[in-house]
Amino acid sequence: MSEHLTAAPMSRRRFMQRSGALLFAAQCPLGLSAKALAGGSGAMMNSFVRIDPSNVITMLANNSEFGNGAYTVMSMMLAEELDVDYRSIALEAAPTSPEYYSPLFREYLTAGSVTTGSTFIPMRTAGAKARTMLLEAASRDWDVPMAELTTADATVTHADTGRRATYGELLEVIHRLDIQPPETVALKDPSEFKILGKPARRYEGAGKVDGSAQFGIDIKLPGMLYGAIARPPVYGGSVVDFDATEALAMPGVVKAKAIRAGVVVLADSYWRAQKARAKLKISWDRGANAKVSTEQFYADYRALADTTGMLAEDIGDARGVLDAADEVVEATYEMPLLAHATLEPMNCIAQVEGDTCTIWSGTQYQSNDQEVISRFLGIPQQNVTIHRPLMGGSFGRRSSKTADYTVEAVEAAMGESVPVQIIWSREEDIRSGHYRPLFVHKLRGSVDDSGMPEAWHQVAVGQSLMQGTKHDPTYMVRGIDIYSLDGCLQEPFGVFPYGTSYQIPHHRVESHNAPKSGIVPQEWRSVGHTHTGIAYECFLDELAHKGGIDPMELRLRLTKDHARMNRVLRVLKEKCDWDKPLAPGRGRGVASRIYNISPVAQAVEVTVAENGDFTVDRVVCVVDCGFAVNPLGIEGQVEGGLAYGLGGVAFGNIDIVNGEVQQSNFHDYPVMRLPQMPKVEVHILPSDEPPTGVGEQATTPIAPAVVNALFDATGRRVRRFPLSSQGFNLV
Amino acid sequence: MKLEVNGKEVEITSEADTPLLWVLRDELGLAGTKYGCGVAQCGACTVHVEGSAIRSCVTPVAAVADKRIQTIEGQASEQGLSPVQQAWLETDVAQCGYCQSGQIMAATALLTSNPTPNDAEIDGAMAGNICRCGTYPRIRKAVHLAAALMAEEQNT
Repeated sequence: MSEHLTAAPMSRRRFMQRSGALLFAAQCPLGLSAKALAGGSGAMMNSFVRIDPSNVITMLANNSEFGNGAYTVMSMMLAEELDVDYRSIALEAAPTSPEYYSPLFREYLTAGSVTTGSTFIPMRTAGAKARTMLLEAASRDWDVPMAELTTADATVTHADTGRRATYGELLEVIHRLDIQPPETVALKDPSEFKILGKPARRYEGAGKVDGSAQFGIDIKLPGMLYGAIARPPVYGGSVVDFDATEALAMPGVVKAKAIRAGVVVLADSYWRAQKARAKLKISWDRGANAKVSTEQFYADYRALADTTGMLAEDIGDARGVLDAADEVVEATYEMPLLAHATLEPMNCIAQVEGDTCTIWSGTQYQSNDQEVISRFLGIPQQNVTIHRPLMGGSFGRRSSKTADYTVEAVEAAMGESVPVQIIWSREEDIRSGHYRPLFVHKLRGSVDDSGMPEAWHQVAVGQSLMQGTKHDPTYMVRGIDIYSLDGCLQEPFGVFPYGTSYQIPHHRVESHNAPKSGIVPQEWRSVGHTHTGIAYECFLDELAHKGGIDPMELRLRLTKDHARMNRVLRVLKEKCDWDKPLAPGRGRGVASRIYNISPVAQAVEVTVAENGDFTVDRVVCVVDCGFAVNPLGIEGQVEGGLAYGLGGVAFGNIDIVNGEVQQSNFHDYPVMRLPQMPKVEVHILPSDEPPTGVGEQATTPIAPAVVNALFDATGRRVRRFPLSSQGFNLV
Repeated sequence: MKLEVNGKEVEITSEADTPLLWVLRDELGLAGTKYGCGVAQCGACTVHVEGSAIRSCVTPVAAVADKRIQTIEGQASEQGLSPVQQAWLETDVAQCGYCQSGQIMAATALLTSNPTPNDAEIDGAMAGNICRCGTYPRIRKAVHLAAALMAEEQNT
């Protein structure tokens, strides 16, 4: 998607319109400041940079921080071109207005691991343009050539005369001389970088060790009421009737009322609201999903997978070759529903006053929240103000297309004169109905005389993420959701300029959109790869075994025309000691994927006990993410990304029986814990290519690499997940 | 009811069965201690009572009246961050950061009873603290660094 990378458009005229008032406001901060300054005092140099007369430099961040490192890389980019310390930059969440929409998504959305790639030019440009204006101001004011000026630590210096001025001091000159932002600006050559490309600690790290970092759940507003919602036992059910007599008699309880999500109890503390919720007597209409079961999903999807799906790709003659083949390898891979289980449960504060609404919400998707709320309340979109605190994880959950946890808080706050905070319990979170959709992939393949894969026929079945949503036109191609087949296609598909890095001569891929029922399918870190990765990389392993070719060697040969992946695999083979024999009971597996341009490959070593208990002893991960903006952040994202994928494949599973989710908390929806975490070695390949993402990349290969390693160790091929349901327990 | 939190005596009015977690967060405004599961499964709510790590989400406040309670907000002193906090910062452990108060409290309790834990001992002591971001490799590293910093502090 790098072809979309362009500098943030900031027309000269718009700056003049804004800056007249803003620069004036810099001198008269009490005057016009409130609206025009997006909440602070100082002069807007452009959309992203505000400088205060006291030399406080503020960045308006239009990407959310949920552990992804967005605030760190964006402040580094700005600081690099502006010649300031990135840690000295103050930061504000940019308001929800179109000028802050992602140039890629054309919405206010942080997703798809594109923050680093899509802000690399805009944030640097913002910094460089601001710096140029400051240089021009000093040059004209001091009557010295611009070329003789230097900048460092937010100060402009003229060495010969010894004149110095802070950026804040130069605001007055910019205003007096009516200095305008340059149309174009030269960015630093990477050889000049002082910050970018060097390991940098997390921008907001300090507050995350002393308890002061403020997450949405931590915000307290004067008079605020806390709400706990009793939700229907079946997703999509509704309240018929309720009796709150007992609940209302409890201390601190203010009100109980039915909303679309269930019955909400409002109280003066969350604990009191939660306790009173347990005393509600509610009769439910179980709704359309009352008969839904995941076992039925599996059965229905398996049946669908035996029929011809919508054709996404048909290279060569896969069906003909398979019909004529002496031996055809067949396998069906089945992947369950997965919950996100962010450690900070969903929560949102809402206040509705007249025709305005204000929310405080940890969200990846501000423009959508704004849109859904404005539609719900029937008020103009610009009347919805969003304050975005830090988030305790997201992994896709906080990019809710239904704005579920946001709009329900608005509904709960309607008719109240104070703000209302809704907090989800862990049980509500696990049973929220928003899941990585269940998928079945049926695969058939054959190998040629040399043992290499010759024909590949894949049919994928699962609920589409995008069908029927506002994203339908962008991400659906002839009715096919491109995410359902992510990383399975050899040729570009829709807006995805990439698929798999492998070349198999006869390659046919079909897709069925399963009926949308029972759940809301939602992106889960690395999206389609969470299931396509397992199906594709494990079946490839099956073909390697069939053809008698070493799985690493097979991938090296299949990627001979994909230079970047081939380099990743060559480095991986060497770093992981691939050819070194392992003791009995141990096994090695490999997988390689491309997620949003960045090629990534992992080799894992496992040890399996007789009873199926296994450890992942070592993961070697090689990633090519173009220019590595923050190697320290990349390493963390790789470790974390693979931990997330490993937990998912090892024990992630949501069962639904008669519409009811069976799991409820971490005791029956286990997630990765410290003892299960493998030793991880991360190798970031040096590159001059534009930076691309890493937040989700490392999640993609880990699951299949582990499954392949278990096969290597035991000869048992797992095709239904999680591993814990098949006798393999990660310990 | 009176509590001693971070060395200060405080008077609280919450009902006796209120979990310490919500007293800290909602009544005392000490929001560094986090809610994650409510059933002592995730460790986000870890605080110290008489120096031992406990799960405040399942501890009724009445059970800790008159006991010494320490939260993440009480870890730094006038001299600055505690060695464990310093190690966490230096190792750049946090990602989303939500679990890290609990992780730091668990690590601090571990190092108090075992100043030089090996990897297996760290794994054992910290297994009850979930990090969904998967910062586990750096947690291991940071505990070792904190142990070294504490040893250094004692020798000077």
